[in-house]
Amino acid sequence: MTHPFLALTDSDLEEMLRTVGVTSVDELFRDIPAAMRLGRSLELEPALSEHELSAHMAELAARNVDTTRELSFLGAGIYDHYVPAVVDTVLQRGEFLTAYTPYQPEMSQGVLQSIFEYQTAICELTGMDVSNASGYDGETVTADACFIAKHATGKTKIVVTEATNPQVRQVVKTYAPGFGLEIVELPHRNGTTDPDELRRAAEGAAAVIFQQPNFFGCLEPAPDLAAAANEAAALPIAHVDPLSLGVLEAPGRYGCAIALGEGQAAGNVPSYGGPHYGFLAARQEFIRRMPGRIVGETVDAAGERGYVLTLQTREQHIRREKATSNITTNQTLLALGGLVYLTWLGPQGIRELGETCLSLAAYAQQRLQEVAGLERVFAERATFKEFAVRVGRNARDVIRDARARGVHPGYALGRDYEGMDDVLLVAVTEKRTPLEIDRLAAVLAEVAR
Amino acid sequence: MAYPADFKYTKEHEWIKVDGSAATIGITDHAQNSLGDIVFVELPKLGAEIEQGKAFGTVESVKAVSDLVAPVSGEVLAVNQAVIDAPETVNEDPYGEGWLIRIRLSDPSEVDSLLDVAAYRQVLAEQ
Amino acid sequence: MKLIYEKSQAGRRASAIPRHEGLPAPEVPAELRRAEPPRLPEVPEFELVRHFTELSTRNFGVDTGFYPLGSCTMKYNPRINERLVGLPGFAQLHPHQEEDGAQGALELEWRLEQILAEVTGLDAVSLQPAAGSQGELTGLMLVRAYFEDRGESAQRRKVVIPDTAHGTNPASVTMSGYELTHVQTDARGNIDVEDLRAKVDEHTAALMLTNPSTLGLFDENIEELERIFHGAGALMYYDGANLNAVCGISRPGDMGFDIVHINLHKTFSQPHGGGGPGGGPVAVRGMLEPFLPVPAVIKRGDGSFGLDFDRPRSIGKVRGFTGPFGVFVRAYAYMRMYGPRLREMSEAAVLNANYVLARLKGVYELPYDRLCMHEFVLSARDMKRDHGATALDVAKRLMDYGFHPPTIYFPLVVPEALMIEPTETETKETLDAFCEAMLAIAREAAASPELLKEAPHHRPVRRLDEVRAARNPVVKYAFEQHPAAEPARPVAAEAPKGP
Repeated sequence: MTHPFLALTDSDLEEMLRTVGVTSVDELFRDIPAAMRLGRSLELEPALSEHELSAHMAELAARNVDTTRELSFLGAGIYDHYVPAVVDTVLQRGEFLTAYTPYQPEMSQGVLQSIFEYQTAICELTGMDVSNASGYDGETVTADACFIAKHATGKTKIVVTEATNPQVRQVVKTYAPGFGLEIVELPHRNGTTDPDELRRAAEGAAAVIFQQPNFFGCLEPAPDLAAAANEAAALPIAHVDPLSLGVLEAPGRYGCAIALGEGQAAGNVPSYGGPHYGFLAARQEFIRRMPGRIVGETVDAAGERGYVLTLQTREQHIRREKATSNITTNQTLLALGGLVYLTWLGPQGIRELGETCLSLAAYAQQRLQEVAGLERVFAERATFKEFAVRVGRNARDVIRDARARGVHPGYALGRDYEGMDDVLLVAVTEKRTPLEIDRLAAVLAEVAR
Repeated sequence: MAYPADFKYTKEHEWIKVDGSAATIGITDHAQNSLGDIVFVELPKLGAEIEQGKAFGTVESVKAVSDLVAPVSGEVLAVNQAVIDAPETVNEDPYGEGWLIRIRLSDPSEVDSLLDVAAYRQVLAEQ
Repeated sequence: MKLIYEKSQAGRRASAIPRHEGLPAPEVPAELRRAEPPRLPEVPEFELVRHFTELSTRNFGVDTGFYPLGSCTMKYNPRINERLVGLPGFAQLHPHQEEDGAQGALELEWRLEQILAEVTGLDAVSLQPAAGSQGELTGLMLVRAYFEDRGESAQRRKVVIPDTAHGTNPASVTMSGYELTHVQTDARGNIDVEDLRAKVDEHTAALMLTNPSTLGLFDENIEELERIFHGAGALMYYDGANLNAVCGISRPGDMGFDIVHINLHKTFSQPHGGGGPGGGPVAVRGMLEPFLPVPAVIKRGDGSFGLDFDRPRSIGKVRGFTGPFGVFVRAYAYMRMYGPRLREMSEAAVLNANYVLARLKGVYELPYDRLCMHEFVLSARDMKRDHGATALDVAKRLMDYGFHPPTIYFPLVVPEALMIEPTETETKETLDAFCEAMLAIAREAAASPELLKEAPHHRPVRRLDEVRAARNPVVKYAFEQHPAAEPARPVAAEAPKGP
């Protein structure tokens, strides 16, 4: 029986073998030494039909407690924001979904123009001059930025705040030895970073990386941090929440050299961690050091406007060992989702979204503060859509008991930070309602003691 | 293609015109032709030291990058802003307006090891 | 076609954000507050849909037609996978969910790892890397960790790469802090064994190789290569970009490779998405398992699945969480629809490639006259010499015939290269139509080369000026040029497309 994804009939086979000049399919593999032939079937379960597969996958999916089955206040880098239906409408167009990198621009004006529009949107949000077409995620683009900083400054020390996402720091440290970088972490002071301490730490550094809002949900004194880095001749790199940029200032307007982050919140479903997209934008002077693809505007032979990949000499397929990165396949489809989302959102929408998150998160803080045994951590700090709360006993146990009541109350900060085993990081997006927040408070009132 | 008789050349397709203790350096007609339309030229800063046989910059077309290899050692006295502003100048006039850098020779004897125009033509013929 | 920014009009929007009465309305501190709103597009939902739909019609995917881009494996992306990836149990699962709330996801990852171990003939797998390039980098980090553990890292600084290697290989070498040693290709298209012997010694850390190579040829000396590298105490890394040729037929682990990365978006049908996402899991021989990225996916004695973060010798983390999970869902589903029949997939891919090769080799120059694997390389060198038409011109003219061009100018060892990879998901009729077009173009090159030089004639744009884009990069919309700033001019509809 022919497999649904194959087309060879007996008569196809006969004619094609004859044209090639061999008598069997097996003969096509005659260059492979006998010792390297598998010589048996792959030990895999037999092929499933589409409907058998669907049943199997539905069974696997049913054993995952997703946000449609549990009221969740989990954030910590990946957020449950509303993704409108138009995103899938666009991403499911086969012309986008099944195309590859637009190396032949005349075949790919759809992808190229959409990347140009995406680059524009990212520059607008971040206040920067150039954006690439996406990186793998918020973690790896941070590592990419360290590489840019090293080449731009000739220095090898990178300072990163402790209040930056732990996975970001871990990935940067994994990339550091190969890049020849020394990574120095700067402790937080009561939930944010002290600009004077940063100034001292940044001496001799290529760059300083901080997150805004930071991993604790607190608003850093970002302009002061950027100024401190600039005073030390270190490049300020801001790792930002894209959906905060309707209410928070653009990093490019307060002295940052590079702005980057995890794009997921803007237009991608959580999907157990991926695929998502990392965005990376910088001032004009760094354009030739940018990793990844960049789309530029031009004209065709008839004088009509069109789009092409440009500055390709930075990339691996030309520059090879001297490339700004080895990246080839990136996250174009997810970045397209981001563009569609940001287009859907608009400037009014992103501001209202920010205000709604601020408002609901403030309400949640108020309600939780009323619960005996709960206490706000870093209470003097302004926050955006996440905040830390002390729950009186081990946060992992509180999570277990709350989930037994149908509510996931947030992320256990003790997983990454000393002395915070009893602290939860609660995320409140525009998908939450006051009633849901009341329910969180009620459940925590029951389980937090 | 033209190759001025009073220049010296390298196998990497650079030319050098010496006058006294200084020299002007550029790339040959063959080089600009093989690269195609030049889009970017990266040159060293004023005062930088370049070393014979080592790369001192790059020249890029859309699809290729070539290192610029120093024919002799010296200190950079001047950098041609015209080719930075309009890289196509190198294609249009590689020996005149398309010059890249001027240096003070640190070891004039290095010039003797370079190719004269006949030897360079020979290199091209063998390619 | 206009940009979305050129269609934007103040006051329009597509979104509606919930607002609640009576809640606190905190203000962002003044020094942190955004001063000017971002100039995102202001369009209603129907304009948004029309805009992106129109954009999609200006793009060509595998769904549109034949896409023989060598080295990319542009095969059919099964539509059931898109439905599966959208199941809420996958799409709406938060990666920080407790283990007991993610058993389906963890089991899927574990099973995918098992399948990849069987297909590659190796012992342990990490799904974490986000793409082939990241898989390569991870592989080189594993090499470094292995030698550090043995106290040999100062001594072993060099990685050997053939001159046919994909550009990602040397770029990965640089990013991992190693030095490159190039080795030449011989007249049969294999690594030149004598050149290699002179270059491999106790300073060598690893070989990076893809087999079959980027020439589409299986290295005839693979057994000797294995002896040389392992004999020198070095490791062998396999670039899995060409795995589509050998699934179920030969396994990189059995060829002697110690580390393999697999491209889930090539061999295992993750859609390419206009440039990504992909997945680049790595499979390793047992002695490298402790160094794999953290966390590891484990199956416990009680049958439950979990994540093990206690991995003291791990190289660390290369990507967030366990990797691009949605890509795993599609690749796993694809592999379950094939099972052991993956062998037939590879056999069909290799037959299709050899068929096209047999039909074209009399007319286009074939640098290496051997049977190919899943792809092959032709040269347009004679065409350039005799008629001035280059590989680029052939590629542009193919567009007028309704085909996506093959990869051009790669690998670098072949001048005017055309790298053709049909894949297995093409009928004989499609292959014949492509061959007819290539033969017609060869005739046109001789009789009327300007048809090639001025191609494409029938795409939404004519040939684009890449020089201008590189000399003067314009990488975002200049808002000062919004049409509202000048009176609107009527724009004629595009000329109808050709045959």
